[in-house]
Amino acid sequence: MKSNGKATVGILLALSFLATACGSDGGDSAAGSCEVGQVDGDLALYNWAEYIDEEQLDEFAAEYGISATMDTYESNEVLQPKIAAGNSGYDVIVPSDYMVGILIAGEHVQALNKDLIPNLSNVSPDFANPSYDPDGSYAVPYQWGYTGIAVDTEVVGTDFPRSWDIVFSDFAADYSGRITLLDDPRETLGAALKSLGYSLNTTDQSQLDEAQALVSEYKDNLAAFNTDSGDELITSGETAIAHGYSGDMFTQFLETDDPSRYVFFVPEEGGTRWIDNMAIPFDAPHPCTAHTFINWLLDGEQGAALSNWNYYGTPNSASIDLLDEELNAFLTDPTVLTGGQETLESIIDTGDFETNYADAFSRAKG
Amino acid sequence: MATTVETIAEAVTPEFEHSNERLRRRRGALLALPAYLYLIIFFVIPFGIVVVYSFATRTRFGTDLSGWNLNSYRRLGDDLVRDVLFRSAWLALLTTVVCLVLAYPFSYYMATRSERTRNLMLVFVMIPFWTNFLVRTYAWRVILGTDGPYSQLTSAVGLGSGRLLFTQVAVVLGLVYGFLPFMILPLYASIERVDPRLLEASRDLYATGFGTFRRILLPLSMPGVIAGSILVFVPSLGAYVTPSILGGAKTTLLGSYIVTQFLSARDFPFGAALSFVLMIVMLSATLIYFRKGGRTL
Repeated sequence: MKSNGKATVGILLALSFLATACGSDGGDSAAGSCEVGQVDGDLALYNWAEYIDEEQLDEFAAEYGISATMDTYESNEVLQPKIAAGNSGYDVIVPSDYMVGILIAGEHVQALNKDLIPNLSNVSPDFANPSYDPDGSYAVPYQWGYTGIAVDTEVVGTDFPRSWDIVFSDFAADYSGRITLLDDPRETLGAALKSLGYSLNTTDQSQLDEAQALVSEYKDNLAAFNTDSGDELITSGETAIAHGYSGDMFTQFLETDDPSRYVFFVPEEGGTRWIDNMAIPFDAPHPCTAHTFINWLLDGEQGAALSNWNYYGTPNSASIDLLDEELNAFLTDPTVLTGGQETLESIIDTGDFETNYADAFSRAKG
Repeated sequence: MATTVETIAEAVTPEFEHSNERLRRRRGALLALPAYLYLIIFFVIPFGIVVVYSFATRTRFGTDLSGWNLNSYRRLGDDLVRDVLFRSAWLALLTTVVCLVLAYPFSYYMATRSERTRNLMLVFVMIPFWTNFLVRTYAWRVILGTDGPYSQLTSAVGLGSGRLLFTQVAVVLGLVYGFLPFMILPLYASIERVDPRLLEASRDLYATGFGTFRRILLPLSMPGVIAGSILVFVPSLGAYVTPSILGGAKTTLLGSYIVTQFLSARDFPFGAALSFVLMIVMLSATLIYFRKGGRTL
């Protein structure tokens, strides 16, 4: 669940420009006086598009006798300025991993009152202490997924490297014009960095230069750099190898006549595991409702309902057994994670070095 | 001289006529008010925000507006920025020239038809605007893609299955397709205004067809050529959607480079500086073009 439809995003961003200002306080929980299950007003959720069933929201609203509304965004970069400007009016937001780090640093999200979220015990230990929020003080995992490679085995066969060599070696030349990489500096340079054996969060310019050279060397084999429709391009037969997000790919595969012809894997050198999180803006109007909602969604059944609707992975250990069979089969497929958990990394904000990533990617494209 | 005449006129004009004149002017200003408001809200203020941001500093979690500096403008000298700019300008120039070559004969043909045919053709030129540009661009993706009509055509004539999608040709094709009406309409308007008797006279005086075009028609339709070229060149220079969808975003162009600053690097000041300079460059190019064009007309 990352950026979709950059054109719309651009427009939204232009609008949010008008509202952007700086300076705010926050950080401390405003929910000191709430009780478990208490609501202090209607819920305003700001979430990614197509990330929760509206009916599930209505269920929450009915249960607590309030109303629940949702606005959607398509990029963390649209979310952040809006929250930072203050007065967003949202009670709960769903930023991705690295964006949580940025929001914490800017004091734009408030510390959670963990006493109000007893269901935190359902969060799988894998997700309990993420690098961007070490004690889980500000954010609760919502959904997760991998970034990896999808392959159409009817074109490529089954004898292909389970490593980044599939796009960053001469192997790729056989499928020239039928490969897409994500149009995202951090993801695509991150893949190249992993392929070279470096961390995808490196701030070493010489490593980044090497990654840039690698992308540049093999970019002529690409059909496109594409984030919005890499999944549709592979199932429509336009491409045969696609770099993309697990949930997107999986949902797309299931819409075809023969999902089994497609394979998704995270290369053995490792890749990105991303986690989207629930957090409460520093000036959320209804912090009690926000805590109650987070707690409610961490319930085993609600977590499973969420995943069974959006088909992303659940961080909720109480939900695993309640998942749809085909979803569970995919999430636990041992051939997906070729290099094991320890090869995965979450993208972390590198501060001022982000501009180096953006420029390196622009240079790699030429 | 003029001043003297005006002074005399002023002296002999009774006072009540002056106040009448003022009233009329005030009413005129009132009529223009919605347009002024529109320009202020949707151009002046946003442009002002862009300018302010371009002097600010990128921070980890936003933009620091205190402590103005020129750092973003310094980065404009980078070889990366220069390459991106040249690449975009070349693409925009190519698009403009192709549009001009296609649109001129078409506009001439259209302008010389009967009124009925002319109006019908105008409707045909406008019809694409009824559908959203993004949707039409995605339609081109199907047309130019694997197994699409273009590929079927090349297979049928024995050239093998060709795919134009995700090539530079596809980008130029998409841009020309998108902006062609903006070239046709002003060209048509100015060719239609040319007195056909001038062209007849030229032929009567033994000018060749090309001579008539070069010495009579072209100079007289120059305002249309200039207006059309600007209307095509300016949006092509910052084109973002077409290169991403049809070109696969494989080269960095100005539009995508600016978007990257906002949506990936979160470097609002640099993105704002790029946008500001782009606007200034285009504005001055337009002014120079108009001045120069104005003299030769």
